[in-house]
Amino acid sequence: MQRLGELSTSDFHRRLAAGDLPVRVGPYVYNIHSDLPAVAQGLRALYGDFLLATPQQFVDYDVALVRGSPLQRLRGRAEFLFDRASPFETIPAGQAYAFLEWGMNWCVSLHANEYLKLHAAVVAREGAGVILPGTPGAGKSTLCAALGLQGWRILSDEHALVVPHTTDLVPLCRPVSLKNASIDVVRAFSRDAVFGPVSLETHKGVVCHMKADLTTDSHDPAPLPARALVFPRYSAGDGQYLRPRPRSESFIIAAYHSFNYSLMGEAGFHAMRHLVSSVPCYDLVYRDLDWAVQAMEKVLA
Amino acid sequence: MRRAPDFELLTALLDPGALPGMDMAGAARVVSQARVSRLLASLAMAMQDSGDLERVDPAVRRHLDSAVLVYEKQKQDLAYDCESIRAALESVGEKLVLLKGGAYLQAELPVARGRLITDIDIIVPRERIEAAEQALNAHGWESSKLDPYNESYYRRWSHETPALVHCKRGTTLDLHHNILPPTAGPNVDASLLFERLRTARPGVFTLSLQDMVIHSATHLFHEGEFYHGLRDLWDLDRMLRQFPAEQADFWDGLVERARQLELQESLFHGLVYAQLVFGTPVPGRVMERATTLAQRLRRPLMDFLFLRAFRPDHPDCRLPLTAAALNMLYIRSHYLRMPLYLLLPHLLRKAWMRRGDGDPEETQA
Repeated sequence: MQRLGELSTSDFHRRLAAGDLPVRVGPYVYNIHSDLPAVAQGLRALYGDFLLATPQQFVDYDVALVRGSPLQRLRGRAEFLFDRASPFETIPAGQAYAFLEWGMNWCVSLHANEYLKLHAAVVAREGAGVILPGTPGAGKSTLCAALGLQGWRILSDEHALVVPHTTDLVPLCRPVSLKNASIDVVRAFSRDAVFGPVSLETHKGVVCHMKADLTTDSHDPAPLPARALVFPRYSAGDGQYLRPRPRSESFIIAAYHSFNYSLMGEAGFHAMRHLVSSVPCYDLVYRDLDWAVQAMEKVLA
Repeated sequence: MRRAPDFELLTALLDPGALPGMDMAGAARVVSQARVSRLLASLAMAMQDSGDLERVDPAVRRHLDSAVLVYEKQKQDLAYDCESIRAALESVGEKLVLLKGGAYLQAELPVARGRLITDIDIIVPRERIEAAEQALNAHGWESSKLDPYNESYYRRWSHETPALVHCKRGTTLDLHHNILPPTAGPNVDASLLFERLRTARPGVFTLSLQDMVIHSATHLFHEGEFYHGLRDLWDLDRMLRQFPAEQADFWDGLVERARQLELQESLFHGLVYAQLVFGTPVPGRVMERATTLAQRLRRPLMDFLFLRAFRPDHPDCRLPLTAAALNMLYIRSHYLRMPLYLLLPHLLRKAWMRRGDGDPEETQA
């Protein structure tokens, strides 16, 4: 099977511009179309090891980040397309790459419901998965990136896909989204981190993505069992700690951070109950990334 | 009379057994076109009813199942919201009369299978609209805050109040006193609608089956934006196929009823395009009574416009000159909604306001 990075530069550009670039991401296929240099550059930097889908495979999400009408071009605007239609307002072309990544998240957030979806990063070590749910800004992506750079496998930076009635986590590995100060924190943490284009002045500030498929099994589609739920929180002021937290409270918070808990109704309740009653739950408050990585190793010890 | 299906979604809708036999590229186009037309759950339910859902490849099936999940959730949420609306209206002695999607779902009509909704539409007699709005406000349905111009526009010229939004659940509720604005050409006597209400369940009513069809056609042909054009025409097709089984004399008097409501032209268009796009069976005598000479003369232009509107908003499906046709329909909808002496100042005012804040989202009136 062919990887994106194995395409010649001219083939890659031709196929991206023609909207004929079907990329396999976990259980899904995204077909990507773009006429923007930043998108081409980002995909080349971050998706080189992703497998391309064959024409016989079903395309789940047809996405595009393109300059629209001539007027939009003049104004330096671009738009995200899903199913070839524009669900959002146009954006400054300089934010194109970040928007493509958000748009790709949005496809799964809105349209995939065969799994219980938690808003969480998912990492694994030696086949054991850890779910890191978190509010935006809690530091889950930073921790996820650091773990990835320390040899952990990154299963997702955004969606924990839980197979109902099991603790199985379906990998959905895509680049890790880093914002503002966390970009430099991760840069300082490891010189090995590979970054995509920087998008300035987005609604979340400066955004930059980090290559996330860093282990040999990154694109293995087989589900992994979850071994723990860890709720991370970065805090410059509080003391650092790793502490068990009550399951009942974890249930409520995880449900609150789920994209489709209520949509799934009773099935969602049972899926969440099974997950939370099967794995231990922890609070992880950290200031120092090295300390946090060690704490995570204790979780799986 | 119907033309051969020329986009994949139409093939799949007309024959629920077609999707399982398609290759993956064709299936992906069906799902994509259906999603953009808000018809994926409708397709899934039609396939479930015909027993074809089981035959679909799992890679395709999960998208159909996902859409059904959204549909089931909306149905449940609607039941919950309707209870709140019913109680609010009951407190001022009004009954809950649902329109459009909400009505189909609550009445459990077959047209509702897979029907997605974005808001709830209800109607009360015009003289009761203030009492109804206040009662709804008291039950957690908050009136949207508009700028003074839009507010007065709504109150004076519209057939509905500004949208109400539930303070906790976020559901949008449109409170109508008529099915067309008072400024529109047809002068619909809304009190006629209330004479023939149909009980959906205790305390919850809908229009009669005939009035539902006429309203659906009216909505479709007075609409300015056609994102849901194909879906709305699909509603009409389902109703015209299913209602004669629910009510033996459904076809009798349908045209006369439309005439009584001054909506015969909309009904005519609805029948024509349902037939043309979906092959909906309409008895010859009904078609004959619905057609006037003026309509016959205008057909080529109307076909040009509407056959472009009743397609998914997807590049695979677009005919040449679609953008021009949609623009003309947009202008036509305004022209139908109000006479020029009202329309021109209104549009100028809108353009001026839009220039200021650059946010056309808020100026929907």
